[in-house]
Amino acid sequence: MSHVFTDTGIIAGRYIRQTASSKLSLLFGALQPLLFLVLFGPLLEDLHLGEGGDSWQTLVPGILVQLTLFSSAFAGFTILMEKHNGVVERMRVTPVSRLALLLGRLVRDSLQLFAQSLVLVLVGVAMGLRAPVAGVLIGFLLVGLLAAALASLSYALAMRVNSPQEFAPVVSSLNMPAVLLSGILLPMTLAPGWLDTLSRFVPFRYVVDAVRDAYTGHYADGSVLLGAAVAAALAVVSLGLGTRVFRRVSA
Amino acid sequence: MPAAIHTAGLTRTFRTKNRTVEAVRGIDLTVEQGEILGFLGPNGAGKTTTLRMLTTLLPPTSGTATVAGHDLIADPKGVRERIGYVAQSGGVDPTVSVREELTTQGRLYRLSRSEAARRTEELAGELGLTALLDRPCGALSGGQRRRLDIAMALTHSPALLFLDEPTTGLDPGSRADLWQLIRRLRDHRGMTVFLTTHYLDEADALADRLVIVDDGRVAAQGTSAELKRTYAGAADAGLQDAFIAITGRRTQREEEETPVAV
Ligand SMILES: Nc1ncnc2c1ncn2[C@@H]1O[C@H](COP(=O)(O)OP(=O)(O)O)[C@@H](O)[C@H]1O
Ligand SMILES: [Mg+2]
Repeated sequence: MSHVFTDTGIIAGRYIRQTASSKLSLLFGALQPLLFLVLFGPLLEDLHLGEGGDSWQTLVPGILVQLTLFSSAFAGFTILMEKHNGVVERMRVTPVSRLALLLGRLVRDSLQLFAQSLVLVLVGVAMGLRAPVAGVLIGFLLVGLLAAALASLSYALAMRVNSPQEFAPVVSSLNMPAVLLSGILLPMTLAPGWLDTLSRFVPFRYVVDAVRDAYTGHYADGSVLLGAAVAAALAVVSLGLGTRVFRRVSA
Repeated sequence: MPAAIHTAGLTRTFRTKNRTVEAVRGIDLTVEQGEILGFLGPNGAGKTTTLRMLTTLLPPTSGTATVAGHDLIADPKGVRERIGYVAQSGGVDPTVSVREELTTQGRLYRLSRSEAARRTEELAGELGLTALLDRPCGALSGGQRRRLDIAMALTHSPALLFLDEPTTGLDPGSRADLWQLIRRLRDHRGMTVFLTTHYLDEADALADRLVIVDDGRVAAQGTSAELKRTYAGAADAGLQDAFIAITGRRTQREEEETPVAV
């Protein structure tokens, strides 16, 4: 247990250096959400999207969560590559803390997401977004929790399967409906009753709603708290599962 | 002197959806300190599976083992601190530099930042990698790559080194170099080397003692001369004849190899 922190730092450092040296892929990771912002955002400007907030305060949080869902859900892909190259076993033969092998990667993932989110918000501001700084920071915290949760699940899945062919279909078939049902592009309050009800079973919806309320400065109406609680609960469950898999798996 | 490795009844069964594979079916063996043990067997005999159990990567289905003085099941950490392992297909990221891999490895073995940097230079010097330190691992030749894999496993100067088919896929020159290197590790550092191979000439030339595995079991063991005398009738017979007598088949030639999932 005593080595978890140092080992997490070592693992994080390795992956941060690796990610930082491929700046192009960092950019491409954020390209799709940026395109949404710039090419789709202006279409919404004059529409009335629901109570409180203008279209940018609705769209930017949605795109932020979308970026989080996609980048975190596919995080496990890198482990598949590393398993193929023998890197995972090579590290598991050293005395390194098993938990650090997961946490170190999560540290890199959250930093990467933070950098991309920051760019996204800044571009949003240039496009017309106005939001309180505290709200934006709360938003980063919420998506950070969500990212930790999803990336843990993704890594755990990748440790258990043997090929991208087993991994990709599971992730995409879960991810796409999740994106649609959490009201990422348009708020679910616009949906007909049955769709709205269905979406209440998708936990990400609460995070999207919470980030939107944070961006309009409505911290106290309960939805920020609910979103935070859902994200935290997801993170606890997923990290628990991820830890179990990393401790036990004989990948 | 206690043995470097002692196993009793080590087994491993893989269960997949539609079949059950008994990869290792009860292996008892003892490896003495300072010897090069050749773990010889055809493809699919269970060599890699045995190695992955002995290196703590794979929990045995049953059986016990003591590796480098520590119980495999009760104290895997103690085992990990004292062994080095080179997997059949290595373990470096082709996109990462040689220096980054060696230094990270040092850090994972709990060296400080400066110690890890120093150890990287030292290992690179010993294994002829100094000029390659800033290249990506993917740019190395087969022989250079193997030397890097071994350097990675030597980071913490382990007393016991596991090598899984170290010369498979190497050209004859690199192969001879690697044999030299392995002998040097035994002679100059008293290292125990447990190496698997499906090459009879390699087992014959390099190993102090052989354990022949077939179908997950130990089929025979002894020095090369002993095996030849017992199974082929003469100490100067070919190891091939002894091998056929023991397993009832030839080892596969490389061209005929089917890749085994690892
Ligand atoms: N992870 C695994 N899942 C299922 N079967 C496996 C697995 N690993 C190895 N096997 C099977 O176990 C047997 C022994 O494999 P292995 O130990 O790799 O042999 P060797 O290294 O001697 O070529 C083979 O039949 C192989 O297909
Ligand atoms: Mg093998």
